[in-house]
Amino acid sequence: MSELHDCRKAFASTLEDIARGDPRVVALSNDSVSSAKLSHFAEVFPDRLFNVGIAEQNMVGMASGMANGGKIPFVAAAACFLTGRALEQIKNDVAYTDTNVKLCGVSTGLAYGPLGGTHHSIEDIAWLRAIANMTIIVPADSLETEQAVRAAADFVGPVYLRLSRMGVPVVHDADYRFEIGKAVRLRDGNDVTLAACGTLVPRALAAATMLEEEDIQARVINMATVKPIDREAIVAAAVETGSIVTAEEHTVYGGFGSAVAEVVATTHPVPMRILGVPGVFAPTGSPEFLFEHFGLTPQGIRDAARELVQSGEPQ
Amino acid sequence: MMPIDSQALHKKAYEIRQRNLVMIYEAGGGHTGGDLSSADILAALYLNGVLNVDPKNPRAPDRDRFFMSKGHSSGLLYTTLAFAGFFPEEELSTFMKPLSRLNGHPNVHVPGVEANTGALGHGLPMAVGAALAAKMDGASWRTFVLTGDGELQEGSNWEAAMAAAQYQLDNLTLIVDRNRFQMIDRTERIVGLEPLADKWHAFGWSVREINGHDHAEIMQTFSAIPFEVGKPNCVLAYTHKGEGVSFIKDRAAWHHRVPTDEELNAALEELRGAA
Repeated sequence: MSELHDCRKAFASTLEDIARGDPRVVALSNDSVSSAKLSHFAEVFPDRLFNVGIAEQNMVGMASGMANGGKIPFVAAAACFLTGRALEQIKNDVAYTDTNVKLCGVSTGLAYGPLGGTHHSIEDIAWLRAIANMTIIVPADSLETEQAVRAAADFVGPVYLRLSRMGVPVVHDADYRFEIGKAVRLRDGNDVTLAACGTLVPRALAAATMLEEEDIQARVINMATVKPIDREAIVAAAVETGSIVTAEEHTVYGGFGSAVAEVVATTHPVPMRILGVPGVFAPTGSPEFLFEHFGLTPQGIRDAARELVQSGEPQ
Repeated sequence: MMPIDSQALHKKAYEIRQRNLVMIYEAGGGHTGGDLSSADILAALYLNGVLNVDPKNPRAPDRDRFFMSKGHSSGLLYTTLAFAGFFPEEELSTFMKPLSRLNGHPNVHVPGVEANTGALGHGLPMAVGAALAAKMDGASWRTFVLTGDGELQEGSNWEAAMAAAQYQLDNLTLIVDRNRFQMIDRTERIVGLEPLADKWHAFGWSVREINGHDHAEIMQTFSAIPFEVGKPNCVLAYTHKGEGVSFIKDRAAWHHRVPTDEELNAALEELRGAA
């Protein structure tokens, strides 16, 4: 596939663009202005970026208060600290109080690689998915990131944007239009569905190409909105393709795969495989190494899909 | 709202205490001790024109903000809001009843409530954000937040304390209800807070220490805000948990005890006498 893009750049440039048109937009960060790619934002809008220091609880509480005061705060911080350290502020000050705060977790999943388990953010979807009144968006490429940031700004209420730092190819056509709550079908097929979000979307597409060589036609759906999840797309996948593989850069407990499984199990049960980090703290290694280690690769997705298809065939 | 004299305000605060206690009795739950300790402060804020709020337009963009960080004193907040005209007083009888909007902790569905508090250590960070928003806009509205004292054991307060000084939020006023008790014992016997005034000074705040039950002193203090230009304001209000009722005052057991019939009658009699 094509050139790789860091979605944080699309996030930062889009936020800048939105801020230009809407004086209510402000940014907060926990001394991670540069890793959130907001240095340029800080130059353009020195009075609208608040580096609140290494203090995530106060950062999220402040964002809630600023929203109360009429601002639209985008809180950009490493996802592990943003969601873990400030979880109660996210629950009470943002979601329960229903303030118009946009939480932007950067360097999500395994992106910090060898920095280890303290820095991996593979629980954030599960934590935030359990909180009422929370919208969760996991964009797959820079195009979708840009649109997701705009959608979050337009949406009135709490949103969690999950932004990787890993280079990803563009998987959408130029005319793609992201809509909160809508999955998008990137490839047709009726033998099995590969459902993915974020960094696993291009890998699912590559897996589908491999499966085609084995005469298995895989449907690929990008489910960027993990909450509220697109139930219709999931039911259609279950009914029309008979089995589903999910793939995510997150623990398999309570994340994207669980969200899909909740719909499948209660509407049209079909066999599933949930690929992700299998409930362990990752060993030392680069992100690519860890993706290989946990089978979050085109091959890994292909193998899971093949197994599902074969187990469904008459003996 | 026009300011009233401190005598009249004292009377109002004791009427609030009576209704508050009946409310707790009716609900079979609530936080008796902490409600009674903050009653004079809330009466001053809402019934004497300290807060620029309009019960008929509770979300007016230029209103003053009040964050009730000690959310367990929801009973006092609701009673005061009802007295201030935000909703009918009769509704207080629904406190904590099924589907009532008067939840056991403050909820934004109640007119006049700014945030869903109850988890401690949340109010000050939110108040810092609100005050910062007002500064950005050059707006004249002010932000107030009331915390308990035991609550200051939560580290989030001190993150917010540093930020407030950094941003020179002299439009922010923190009131600490220093009743010297937390749930089961005196703060100083659990994890001590003293020297508390020194701590706030050291964090860059302008500090006033007052008797949190003396209405003249409360009003004088609030009218002196900002105490110093460029510094956030801290009012350490020395109070008594259970103030106004002899057998509740300074008794940790009354943190969330509900009065019996006899206790309620005895307490109301004392409160009427003091009003």
